[in-house]
Amino acid sequence: MTTTPAQTRATEATYAEGEGPILAVEDLSVTFPTQDGPVTAVKGLSYTVEMGKTLGIVGESGSGKSVSSLAVLGLHDAKSSKITGSIRVAGTEVVGLSESRMRKLRGNAMSMIFQDALAALHPFYKIGDQLSEAYLVHHPSASKRDARRKAVEMLDRVGIPQPDRRVDDFPHQFSGGMRQRAMIAMGLVNDPSLLIADEPTTALDVTVQAQILDLLQDLQREFNSAVIIITHDLGVIAEMADDVLVMYAGRAVEYGTAKQILTTPEMPYTWGLLSSIPDVTASTDARLIPIPGNPPSLLSPPSGCSFHPRCAHTDKVPGDLCSTQLPDLTPASGVDHVKRCHLADPEMIYRTEILPEIAPDLVEENR
Amino acid sequence: MFAYLVKRLISGALVVTLVSIAIFLLFWFGPSSPAQTICDRETSNRCGDRIEIYEKTLGYNNPVHEEYLKWAKGVFVGRDIQIASTTYECDAPCLGVSYLTKQSVSEELASRLPATISVAVGGAFLYLLFGIPIGVAAARRRGTVADKALVSSFLFLSSIPYYLFALLTWLYLTVLWEAPFVSDTGYFPITENPAKWFGGMFLAWVALGIFGCTQYTRYTRGAMVEALSEDYIRTARAKGLREGTVVYKHGLRAALVPVVTIFGIDFGILLAGTIFTERIFDIDGIGFWSLQAVQQKDLPVVAATALFSAVLLIISNLIVDVIYSVLDPRVRLS
Repeated sequence: MTTTPAQTRATEATYAEGEGPILAVEDLSVTFPTQDGPVTAVKGLSYTVEMGKTLGIVGESGSGKSVSSLAVLGLHDAKSSKITGSIRVAGTEVVGLSESRMRKLRGNAMSMIFQDALAALHPFYKIGDQLSEAYLVHHPSASKRDARRKAVEMLDRVGIPQPDRRVDDFPHQFSGGMRQRAMIAMGLVNDPSLLIADEPTTALDVTVQAQILDLLQDLQREFNSAVIIITHDLGVIAEMADDVLVMYAGRAVEYGTAKQILTTPEMPYTWGLLSSIPDVTASTDARLIPIPGNPPSLLSPPSGCSFHPRCAHTDKVPGDLCSTQLPDLTPASGVDHVKRCHLADPEMIYRTEILPEIAPDLVEENR
Repeated sequence: MFAYLVKRLISGALVVTLVSIAIFLLFWFGPSSPAQTICDRETSNRCGDRIEIYEKTLGYNNPVHEEYLKWAKGVFVGRDIQIASTTYECDAPCLGVSYLTKQSVSEELASRLPATISVAVGGAFLYLLFGIPIGVAAARRRGTVADKALVSSFLFLSSIPYYLFALLTWLYLTVLWEAPFVSDTGYFPITENPAKWFGGMFLAWVALGIFGCTQYTRYTRGAMVEALSEDYIRTARAKGLREGTVVYKHGLRAALVPVVTIFGIDFGILLAGTIFTERIFDIDGIGFWSLQAVQQKDLPVVAATALFSAVLLIISNLIVDVIYSVLDPRVRLS
């Protein structure tokens, strides 16, 4: 597969503190053997994340967003999954790394914030004890009292009121937003270089979502960590991400800066995602257009381009190229912007067909 | 918490009262006349007209509610029981006198309790000692050949009727193989000779423990499989914890809650007397005693053992509920 010059540069460079990407994923594939045959949830995925930057990974359920991030943390059971390719965290190759060395990285150099904090926190242990545990496992010489002090400090940092008292609460005594804050505190307790947030706001109501996103941005600035935010909400992407990776059926289908993806997308699937965002400020004439069909089965993925059965633009591609040949990731018009599509002139189609549909007033302004 | 306990104890007492009334009525209106039984026994089956003396002294000529109140009063303050021409003193808590031995039923119950407790504690200990670790091991290897072999062989084992299993254990180990030290089964007070107590109890424990642990393996495996698939287990791994910490501190801690619930009830049932175990291994406990009483129509004993089981079940239920609230902080008793 083709990689952009930036990616090649990044993955070839050896890591030194303060330079080079903190995370470099190259040609990653994750396969799970099932009774019906192998399911390849992630295929040939490559991306990099620099210190202090945020990468947004977007896609529908089952597109491989979470699977690829769990692979970064080495959380797939080695017996029931097969991982190939390369994942380098701070210069360390983690694919095939021994479990004991992997454990030293997990929760320390990189950590993860999960989607549903109520389910992701242990219901039987106090919030403070769960935070302390995460701290102590990577600071074996610290005392329990140090760990508790650290837990209170972290809860305070993420905006939990009266942290010295709430540290002894159980998760069910917290509100949904507070639980997610506690989850973030737990993720950051060891000051990780890389933080992966897997749909951190999905289970929350809208006002709390905004607070959590603000908090994540503040903390990122303070800790200068790299953040991967996994979401299907392009609103979150617009607010948080520097770079965006769009995934479909386990593959990257478009990769570029947030501005490129949001303003000049060149892949019909990304157009579909943009068309299906409701926007309260948009004109009432603007239509909300869902992507037809369902995500493909990973057991028997479609031939050629995985998106072709749902794509409205296959008639603009000569012959039956879409259904027979998988397009490569090829450079799009922007710098370091790549897309996986056979369309010869996607920019034109976006401007003349898609944009008038989703944002007619924007078209007016440009005229 | 305190108010909850008081409430539960009051409702428990109410249930015990209702059970005692039900048992009393069953015997009062039951087809077998206690007076006839005891009269036949004491006159060597030449009862004849003397039945009337027995019926009168046992109180069968009085209204049923008067007799029940007399019985209930006896539980708290004791009473004298007259059978024909003899009067027996029955101290509180009086549950009547055995028609067979003429001893106070509650005193006999107390004297048999150590044997039953010995069986119950040992058997229940083995339930957990084998059941939980094997269940955890199976859950961690879920879907492998080892797991499937274990689950199916345990299912086979627990499909054997228990009395057959216990009888075969006894037959092979004591009669056919004459295993040393453990062949002389029975209850010997632990205070007199601990080694003999252990040897006498051993086979009963093994039979009860192995049979019961198959169920606990299944409960633990099921609860553990569920716990290990929870999101918080993934969180624990993502923290960088050791696999042992993840499985035991995070997984087993959650999986134990349902297992403890079942165990509490089972332990209450064991304490009420294990009829097959005590009969087969010749242990003179409450189960064996209640079986004899049924066979000999010794009604006060049957009534007392039935009531005793009811009380134990109510208490074990209460204890389980309290333990549950300790294990799961989300449960608050009120």
